[in-house]
Amino acid sequence: MELLLVLGIPLLGALLLALVGHRRQAPEVNVLMSLSTLVAAAFLVVRVIRHGPMLVWQEQFFIDPFNVFLVALTALVGLTTALFSRPYMRIEEHKGRLTPRRLRLYHSMYQLFMAAMLLALLTNNMGLLWVAMEAATLSTVLLVSLYRTRASLEAAWKYFILCGVGIAQALFGTILLYFAAEGLLGTEGMAALLWTHLNSIKGQLEPRVIGLAFVFLLVGYGTKVGLAPLHNWLPDAHAEGPTPVSAVLSGLLLNVALYAVIRCKVLVEGSIHLVPGRMLMIFGLLSALLAAFFLWRQKDIKRLFAYSSIEHMGIITFAFGMGGPVANFAALLHMTVHSLTKSAIFFAAGHASQTAGTQRMDGIRGLVGLSPTIGWGLMLGTLAILGIPPFGVFASEFLILTTAMRDHPWATPVLLTALAVAFAAIFGRVQPMVFGETHGRPLPHSPALLPVFAHLVMVLILGLYMPPALAEWYRLAARLIG
Amino acid sequence: MTPPPTLGAQLLNGLAAGLLLISFAMLSQRRTRRLIGLFAWQGAILCASTGLVAYTAGLRHLWFSAALTLLLKVLVLPWILLGLVRRLEAQWDTEPLINIPTTMLLGVGLVIFAFGLAQPISVLATTITRNTLGIALAVIFLAFLMMITRRKAVTQVIGFLAMENGLFFAATSATYGMPMVVELGIALDVLVGVLILGIFFFQIREQFESLDLHHLETLKED
Repeated sequence: MELLLVLGIPLLGALLLALVGHRRQAPEVNVLMSLSTLVAAAFLVVRVIRHGPMLVWQEQFFIDPFNVFLVALTALVGLTTALFSRPYMRIEEHKGRLTPRRLRLYHSMYQLFMAAMLLALLTNNMGLLWVAMEAATLSTVLLVSLYRTRASLEAAWKYFILCGVGIAQALFGTILLYFAAEGLLGTEGMAALLWTHLNSIKGQLEPRVIGLAFVFLLVGYGTKVGLAPLHNWLPDAHAEGPTPVSAVLSGLLLNVALYAVIRCKVLVEGSIHLVPGRMLMIFGLLSALLAAFFLWRQKDIKRLFAYSSIEHMGIITFAFGMGGPVANFAALLHMTVHSLTKSAIFFAAGHASQTAGTQRMDGIRGLVGLSPTIGWGLMLGTLAILGIPPFGVFASEFLILTTAMRDHPWATPVLLTALAVAFAAIFGRVQPMVFGETHGRPLPHSPALLPVFAHLVMVLILGLYMPPALAEWYRLAARLIG
Repeated sequence: MTPPPTLGAQLLNGLAAGLLLISFAMLSQRRTRRLIGLFAWQGAILCASTGLVAYTAGLRHLWFSAALTLLLKVLVLPWILLGLVRRLEAQWDTEPLINIPTTMLLGVGLVIFAFGLAQPISVLATTITRNTLGIALAVIFLAFLMMITRRKAVTQVIGFLAMENGLFFAATSATYGMPMVVELGIALDVLVGVLILGIFFFQIREQFESLDLHHLETLKED
C-alpha cells in the first residue's frame, strides 16, 4: 500500500501538473505532491524497519534497508528542491527567461523524474531498473534545455547522446546477465531477471559471461554516475539547466545510478570475487583525481560544483569498491551527506547567480554584503563539502581514508591529493564570491533559504552525533552490500 | 561434434548476415533518406528473425515482440524520421569526420573484435540462435561507429536506433527475448526518446538554423 503511494503520488503529480502546471499555484501543487511522497516514503521506512525486507507484487518490487534509505533521501531532497524552486522559478519568470508553458513542462517533468527514480530504486526486476533509469534520463533531457539557449541545447544534446549510448551498454549488460541466469532459473515468468532470485544463485553463475556483463553494466550505469572518462555530459548539463534541476541531478540521480551499479556488483561478486571491487576502486580514484584537477579551470559557479560532484561520486565509488562493513557504511553516509550538502550548495549558488545576473564566478562578488543568508549559505555549504570537521562529510571521508590506509595503502596518497587539490581550488574561488565589495541587486522575490540551512543542519547533526537508530540502519544496509 | 544445423538455424544465420550487411551499408550511406530506408530494412529483418525464432522454438511471447518490431521499427519510427527530414530539409549528410573507406576498414576491425568477444559466450548458449550473438555485438559496434563519425543530428539518432536494433537482436539470439514487461518498457522508452528528439531538432534548428552538430561544440573547458 505504502509502495503504491510512493510510486503513485509523483505519477499523479506529473499528470496533474501537465494540466495545471502553468497556473500561478503550480509551484505550491508541486510542493504538496513532493510532501505527500515524502510522507508515503516515511511510512514505507517505518514498515521496513518494523517488519524487515519485503517482496511484493509477484516479487516485482523488493524493499530492503539499502534501497529504502535511498528512497527516503530521494523523497526528502525532492521536497526541499520543490520548496527552493518555488521562488527561484518565479524570479526566472520575472526576469523573462521562462514562459508559463515552459514552467508547466518543468513542473510535470520534475514529478515524472521523481517517479522514475523511485521506480528504479524500488524495483526488483533488473529489466525494469533499466527502463526506469532510461525514463529518468528522458524526463530530464527537456529540463536541461528548458531555457532554449544555444548552450543549453548543446548541453541537453550531449546529455542525451552520451547517456543514451551509456544506457544502451547497460541494456546489453542486463541481457548478458539474463542469459547467464536463464539456464539456472528457467525462462518461466521472469525469475532470471529478479534481483532476489539472482542473488540466491549468484555463486553458480558462469564467471566469463557475468564478468563481461559487469563490464557493460559498469560502463553503462557508470556514465550516469559521472565516472571518468565518461563524465563529459555532467558539467554541461548541470551548468546549463535550471538550478533546481542541477540540484536533483547532482543530489539524487547520481546516487540512483550508483545504486544500480552496486546492485550489479553484489550479484557479480558471487562468482568473480575481487575483480568488480577493484574495478570500482580504480574508476573511483580516477574520477576523483581528474575532477579535482579540472576544478582549477572552472569559471562558472555551477560547473565548479558539478566537477565537485564527480569528485565525490568518485570517492563514494572507491569506498564501495573497497567493500566490507566499514567502507560500505562510510560510503552510504557519504552518499547521504553529499546529496544533502551539494543540493544546498546549488540552492545557494542559484540565488547567488540570480543576484549577480551571471553564473561566471568573477561576476559574483560580495554576497554577504548583499544578502547575508545567501552568502553564509554558500560559505557554510562549501566548508561542509570540503570536509571541514564538524560537518558530516568529514566523518565519512575520515572513515573512508582510514579504511583505505588499513586495507589499500597505495590508494591513500591519491585520495589525499584529490581532496587537497579540490580544497584549494574550491575554497579559493568561493571566498571572494562571498566576501568583498558587491554590485549585485536584490531579488524581486524573497529567496528560499530554509532548504539550504535545513540541509546544512542535518549534515552538521550527522557529523556531531549520529542517532543510534540511523547508525544501526546504515550498518544493516552496509552488511547487505557485503 | 556438433550436429548439422537445421533449416531454421540456417535461415536465421542468413538473416543475421543480412543484418550485418545492412549495418555496413548504413555506414557508407550519406543520404539521410536512404539511411532511413536502410534502417527500416534492418527492422524488417529483425522482425523476420524474431518471427523465425518464435516459430521454431514455439514461443508465443516472441510473436508479440515480432509484431512490436514490425509496428515500431519498420513503420512508425521510419515514418516519424522521414517526416522530420522532410520538414527540416536535411536530405544530405555532410562529409563524415573520417572518409568512408577508412570507416569501412575500421568497421571490419570492429566485427572481428566483436566475434572474438562473443566467442566464449556463444559456446555456452543453448538456443538455436547462438551463432548470431557475435553478429549482434558487431551490429551494436558498427552503429556506435556511425554515431561517432557522423555530424548531423538526424544521422546520429539513426545510429542510436540501429544500436538499439542490435541490442534487440542480441536479446533474441542469446536468450529467446526478454520478458514481455521489459520489452514493452524498452519499446516505450525508444518511442518517447524519438519523440523528444523530434522536439529537440526543431529547437536546435530554431537556434542554429542548421542541424549540423559542429555548432554544438562551444561548451568546452576554457
